[in-house]
Amino acid sequence: MEFLGRVVEWLTTASHWSGSGGIVHRVVEHLELSGASVATAALVAMPIGLVFGHIRRGGVVAVNVANVGRAIPSFALLVLAQNVFGIGFRPAYVALVALAVPPIVTNTFIGVRDVDVDVREAARGMGMSGSQVLWRVELPLALPLVIAGLRTAAVNVVATATLAALIAGGGLGRFIVDGLAQRDSPQAFSGALLVALLAVAIEVTLGAVQRRARVRSATVARVQGEEELADALKA
Amino acid sequence: MLAAGDPWVKWSWVADHRDVIWNATRQHVELTVIAIVIGLLIALPLSVLSFRARRFYGPVLGVTGILYTIPSLALFAFLIPWTGLSRTTAEIGLVGYTLLILVRNIVTGLDGVPEDAKEAARGMGFTPTRQLLRVELPLAVPAILAGVRIATVTTIGLVTVTALIGQGGLGALILDGLYRDFRTPEVVGAALSVGLAVLADVSLIVVERVVTPWAVRR
Repeated sequence: MEFLGRVVEWLTTASHWSGSGGIVHRVVEHLELSGASVATAALVAMPIGLVFGHIRRGGVVAVNVANVGRAIPSFALLVLAQNVFGIGFRPAYVALVALAVPPIVTNTFIGVRDVDVDVREAARGMGMSGSQVLWRVELPLALPLVIAGLRTAAVNVVATATLAALIAGGGLGRFIVDGLAQRDSPQAFSGALLVALLAVAIEVTLGAVQRRARVRSATVARVQGEEELADALKA
Repeated sequence: MLAAGDPWVKWSWVADHRDVIWNATRQHVELTVIAIVIGLLIALPLSVLSFRARRFYGPVLGVTGILYTIPSLALFAFLIPWTGLSRTTAEIGLVGYTLLILVRNIVTGLDGVPEDAKEAARGMGFTPTRQLLRVELPLAVPAILAGVRIATVTTIGLVTVTALIGQGGLGALILDGLYRDFRTPEVVGAALSVGLAVLADVSLIVVERVVTPWAVRR
């Protein structure tokens, strides 16, 4: 209990919140790095998943990409990226993008591929072209899984961005790495608390977004025939 | 920064440090196996509870889900004030991460047991416990092993981080290379970690085939 008192003391010291090494700045750094990485990964991964899902090819590759992604330790990825790109923001960014791509590809691919054949055919029957089917039917139906992929990627990236401190990057990991190095347990514990809260907040927020998408997608998925589909798309 | 022309792997270093590399690999395997075994010992009762009394499933998923979301370095930092820079700290963290994966797979496996099989067991007068042990759990083995595979591969990756709290394993090689700006141990540590993950994955597929000879193969 005495220890937790010291944590509270650390967290309520004004100087720990301001300046370039302060909590506010570290949170911004953490979010910038994570946001840039997930956004870049989404730009790379979603088109791949959408196209291969649409033509329904490459399932084995997509699943294996996810498995290989899991086998590569994120810590090793960061350290190897540092070898190529030096220290700081850039290697962390590159490693985190590489980490975020597989779950987004796999989920987008499966989401689009598994859209019900009847719904697809109804869309075709309405006279939609291939790309219209993809954008107006398959993507909206796949959205819950696409968001699930983004959620997995985002939570993983926010967690791994903590390790970026080891290769001289910023972010909330600084408090943990510096705290461990300086045997300043309250600092390490406070940093851990902040980064854990951030990760859980992102998980919960994206979970809520995913549930809303699922409700919308379920109404479209249930349609039978062209008329119903037209109505559902208008809604 | 590294000098230009520094090779990715200096084989003479590898040859001179075979014992270091071997010890790190052994520690890595030990940390992983302990985490998976304890993880299973905790996840099995939690899963059976969630399967039998559905109202517990939500809370179990919620708690293990939050554990899974917490960054590994942060989880270790939470534990250090209480359990120090120790193997206990490492294992509590590693076990924590296996739970969500294992529970989800075990419950899915138990849910997937065909109604016919359960009815036959009841018809033979099996008690619920006997039905669980003799029918439901054995039929759920493929799903359970699928969970063990994912948990093992994930844990092998996470063990590298335990080097930061002084626990050896292949992460210690990576960390050593990082501190000394020396690529070889980094590459060796990373490559062996990926190799272990692939080996574990393939071995567990073989185990699944051996222990479930009745399963239909595609």
